Amino acid sequence: MAERTVAARTQEKTPSSREDTRSQERYITPPVDIYETPNGLVVTADLPGVAKEGLDVRVENHLLTIRGKAAHAAPGDPVYREYGLVNFFRQFELNEKVDQSKISAELKHGVLTLNLPKAEEAKPRKIEVKAA
Amino acid sequence: MAEWNPIADMESLRREIGRAFEDFGFEQGPSHRVAFLPGREPRRYPLVNLLEDKDHVFIEALTPGVDPQSMNITALQNRLTLAGEKSGIPGNIKPEAFHRNERASGKFVRTIDLPVEIDEDRIQAEYKNGLLVVTLPKAEKAKPKQISIKVA
Repeated sequence: MAERTVAARTQEKTPSSREDTRSQERYITPPVDIYETPNGLVVTADLPGVAKEGLDVRVENHLLTIRGKAAHAAPGDPVYREYGLVNFFRQFELNEKVDQSKISAELKHGVLTLNLPKAEEAKPRKIEVKAA
Repeated sequence: MAEWNPIADMESLRREIGRAFEDFGFEQGPSHRVAFLPGREPRRYPLVNLLEDKDHVFIEALTPGVDPQSMNITALQNRLTLAGEKSGIPGNIKPEAFHRNERASGKFVRTIDLPVEIDEDRIQAEYKNGLLVVTLPKAEKAKPKQISIKVA
């Protein structure tokens, strides 16, 4: 039998694209990787310029919100600019099978890593077949 | 994977079109290009900002997820070379285990021609929160000289 990975619903919710509702504030959608491990989901996001204090990760009603305040690090007057750092914002809908109380987050070198463990009842189980 | 939702599809199409325009430099300015994707697009990486004050030139480079130990910064006259590697996802994750894979990884090299001569011996670099800041003191002869006017 072919091996299959059960896809969790991690699609973005439509109302989360803040571009339409709050035009004066600008947000960037950070690039993310989301992958599944036997124990749960791992979300990694590039958030350059975001310090630990400026990062806000929350889970409400199966909605994961990542919000980060980015700040430039270099002093001086700009001469030549290839990028600007605007605040980061992205939302994902979580599958209810994620154990929301055990979510852990780590921010290192401007990359956020979130561990979303699967709830016990959602973990794959091997079923023993008894020979009669 | 997800149920069919025409509104969400249209929304994502709209966003994709917006992104495509952005890639060609239309509409939104440089402030929206923050993705660090070496090897995915023929662009120069890392993206840098150049700043200056009276005595220094500063290079701020966008390098999230780059181990500072892997970085190699060299300067020759007024050329600064940044090299390093952005590490990928650790372990062997099967492709089918990915729901999203938007971040790229790999080695990068970028050479920047600085607009002034610099003092190569006093260059300093600092890495913080995914941003690399290189402080390059201007060479003595490149600093502006104050000229006093004699009143005859």
